[in-house]
Amino acid sequence: MKKPDILDNHTPRLSRRRFIAGTGGFTFMISIGGLINGNWASANEDSEGSKNKGSNITVWVKIDSEGTITILNPSAEMGQGSMTALAVLIAEEMDADWSKVKVEHSPIDPKIYGRPGWGGRGYHMITVGSFTVSGYFKPLRQAGAQARYVLLKNVSMKWKIPLTELKTEPGMVIHSASNRKISYGEIASFAETIKEIPEIPEKSLKKPGEFRLIGKYVPRVDIPEKVDGSAIYSMDVNVPDMLYATILRTPVNGNQPESFNEKEIKSMQGIQKIVRLKHGVGILGKRYENLISAKRRLKVKWSKGSPAEMFDSEKILEGYKNIVGSGKKGGHVLNQQGDADAAIQNAHRIYSSDYFSDHVYHAQMEPLNAIVSVNPAGDGAEIWAGTQSPSGAIKAVAKLLGTNPRKIKLHPCFLGGGFGRRSMSDYIVEAAELSKTVRKPVKLIWSREDDFQYGAFRPMCLQRLVAGLDADGKLIAWKHSIVGDGRRLLSSGAKIPFYDIPNQHIEILGLSHGVRLKHWRAVGHGFTKFAIESFIDEIAEAEGVDSYQFHRQVMHNSPRALKVLETAADMAGWGRKPPDGHAFGISFAERSGSLAAGVVEVSLEKSSGKIKVHRIWSSLDAGIVVQPDNAVAQMESAIIYGLSSVLSERITFKDGKVQQSNFHDYHVMRISDAPEEIHVKIIDSNESPSGIGETGLPITGGAVANAVAALSGTRLRHLPFTPDQVKKVMKS
Amino acid sequence: MSIEFELNGSKTKLNPQPETALLWVLREHLNLTGTKFGCGSGLCGACTVHLDGQPIRACITPVSAVAGKSVTTIEGLSKNRSHPLQKAWVEAQVPQCGYCQSGQIMQAAALLESNKNPSRDEIVAYMNGNICRCGTYLRIIRAIKIASAKVNEG
Ligand code: FES
Ligand code: FES
Repeated sequence: MKKPDILDNHTPRLSRRRFIAGTGGFTFMISIGGLINGNWASANEDSEGSKNKGSNITVWVKIDSEGTITILNPSAEMGQGSMTALAVLIAEEMDADWSKVKVEHSPIDPKIYGRPGWGGRGYHMITVGSFTVSGYFKPLRQAGAQARYVLLKNVSMKWKIPLTELKTEPGMVIHSASNRKISYGEIASFAETIKEIPEIPEKSLKKPGEFRLIGKYVPRVDIPEKVDGSAIYSMDVNVPDMLYATILRTPVNGNQPESFNEKEIKSMQGIQKIVRLKHGVGILGKRYENLISAKRRLKVKWSKGSPAEMFDSEKILEGYKNIVGSGKKGGHVLNQQGDADAAIQNAHRIYSSDYFSDHVYHAQMEPLNAIVSVNPAGDGAEIWAGTQSPSGAIKAVAKLLGTNPRKIKLHPCFLGGGFGRRSMSDYIVEAAELSKTVRKPVKLIWSREDDFQYGAFRPMCLQRLVAGLDADGKLIAWKHSIVGDGRRLLSSGAKIPFYDIPNQHIEILGLSHGVRLKHWRAVGHGFTKFAIESFIDEIAEAEGVDSYQFHRQVMHNSPRALKVLETAADMAGWGRKPPDGHAFGISFAERSGSLAAGVVEVSLEKSSGKIKVHRIWSSLDAGIVVQPDNAVAQMESAIIYGLSSVLSERITFKDGKVQQSNFHDYHVMRISDAPEEIHVKIIDSNESPSGIGETGLPITGGAVANAVAALSGTRLRHLPFTPDQVKKVMKS
Repeated sequence: MSIEFELNGSKTKLNPQPETALLWVLREHLNLTGTKFGCGSGLCGACTVHLDGQPIRACITPVSAVAGKSVTTIEGLSKNRSHPLQKAWVEAQVPQCGYCQSGQIMQAAALLESNKNPSRDEIVAYMNGNICRCGTYLRIIRAIKIASAKVNEG
């Protein structure tokens, strides 16, 4: 075979991708497993902590003789819009006509769990994609280019002309010399299978100036079905012959059920089975409403003695202070450069501040739930779940059943929010365990109260920051000690790669409380950046320097970061007089490889202590942004999620028990507290894309604290800034 | 106990336990899963449906309370996403995870029924019971404004 013409300068290698022609169209199969590093499953996972190396994802691209390009996408979408991005990346390099692109759910037999066609919609299936765009940016464009190659190759064979004479316009192959063109649909009707598809190296892909879809406005493909209730979350899946389940779990992590009123519960209406689990008691029945009543009557005597019983989150703060003040050595060092201790001793001026932050809860809108059907032999299962970690879920269920992961089939569903909580598989394993006992499909629904009580939280911590300045007011030493439980969750965001400080010591002083902790949106960046950005502002204030100028001075060696900061300051008109009774605060943060800065405008109702955030101007450098409008939406989302945690979210423990139970005593931001305006500017870039789903979050804490300090002279050092907390600080 | 009511324009007759929340009847008995379960306590608005045109929380409404009345869920709001709010929701690209959005749209639809041209403050006050954890609030306001402008154009 002749060397492929468009690849004259490269060695052709046989691609791992497969291309199959059939009657009336062709299918192109793209296997992406192993091609990327890092985790694909979760935009919210902490890359530092994640061991998930990606799973085998296969995407199918089908072109039919009508020219419709269907991209079948087998993964999960939790609101970050990446199922659209995936299609955009493939379509871009294919030179597809976007109006003919459909993103469809991967083939699962709709009879298994599709619902009857009310409203004339027919059977409905869902399996959708959540991809970290940064990881897939290259492989998916390469795959798209290969699909384009297949189209070109077929035309070149048909017309017997060299492939190099052909070019493409969206949906068309063109031969200028003979003034001929042919649509992708027509090609699909005669396309032949091509055995060797060459790899297409990155340098042969389109340059940013040639993009037709990337960086342009493309509406999200999942939105229409999310405005008429037809989008299917696992909560919406019903499987024939299914039982419902609920679990009463131990209120203190680690304790176990010793005894319970089994007889009484069994005799209740609609109760089919009671199952003792290690951490709770499961109840199964035909109707969910019966389980609610039964659970209310269930009385369990729990074992005693788990370490978590000793944990009281309000009392522990004093203990944290003793630890950080004890000069204890042997912490886990995150960064060490120069000699921070010596530099502080010799410093002209020294500053020190402590910052606290409480536990926070994910509060994803869809309470956890899963449907698992263990087969009669007990050696295989089907799962319907919204999960950020499908491969993790499959492995965990396989382990429970003592079977091969190949015998576990997962049907991904839309996620009603993930934020890190759905990267755990606990709720799926529970459903599997219950299904194993009955060998029937089991739909396990967590109540909102369950979701709180058995939550896995962003950990609380104390952070002590110490800085030394030289005689010129330059920051020369930086010590940051973080005390708390959940080491790798605490370390996220503690480093300051864009701040030029020669002597640094950043460490974690770890403890263990025995309570459940997990990645949360932006992991630890929410509190570490709050502390860092507050501290920088405090130093600037004490030095009599404008905070923005002080930031610039510390960042002077990082042009990319400087530009982000300057953009936000310009947008806000930093330096102008704020409206009466309002003040501005500024902060900067990096997250998932992206950079963001923000200026907030706040006011403070002194009588109640209530902070109101009126406006935000924010800038984002995330490399090439595939879907700009969605990037703005993600910034809005992360900023609101961040502000919510900063202003009102707080989980407390007493004797190891979570004290909050629903949205009446855990306050997530409502529309009345949302800022009036959020302005987002995306900085032009030709760098590879980096994450955007979390980058708006870490800037919120520092910016609000700094604005409140500018407004009232009150320095808030304890997240969240609830009205009570603010009043307390104002009084002292 | 047999209960009859009108559901999305059709007569419906059921035999549920009367204290069962309308939410579970809709979702798990009738497979109308567009109405969502978020908190079960009337705190989040994910389960909002219309009862005789008024927005209610299906999670705290016993099914017995809808006997003889008319219930509209997101599935019955329009055919083919043709309600002005649904169109505006797409235009403003409101949903993210989407889980709260049936409730948001049903709440907003009741608002536009009673007030064709709500101000920003009126929108905020009316929508305050509906949580969106993905923080789509500013787009919700924008979409309601778009829809109300369309409705007023005629
Ligand atoms: S589920 Fe009904 S208000 Fe939350
Ligand atoms: S779109 Fe996710 S909760 Fe509103």
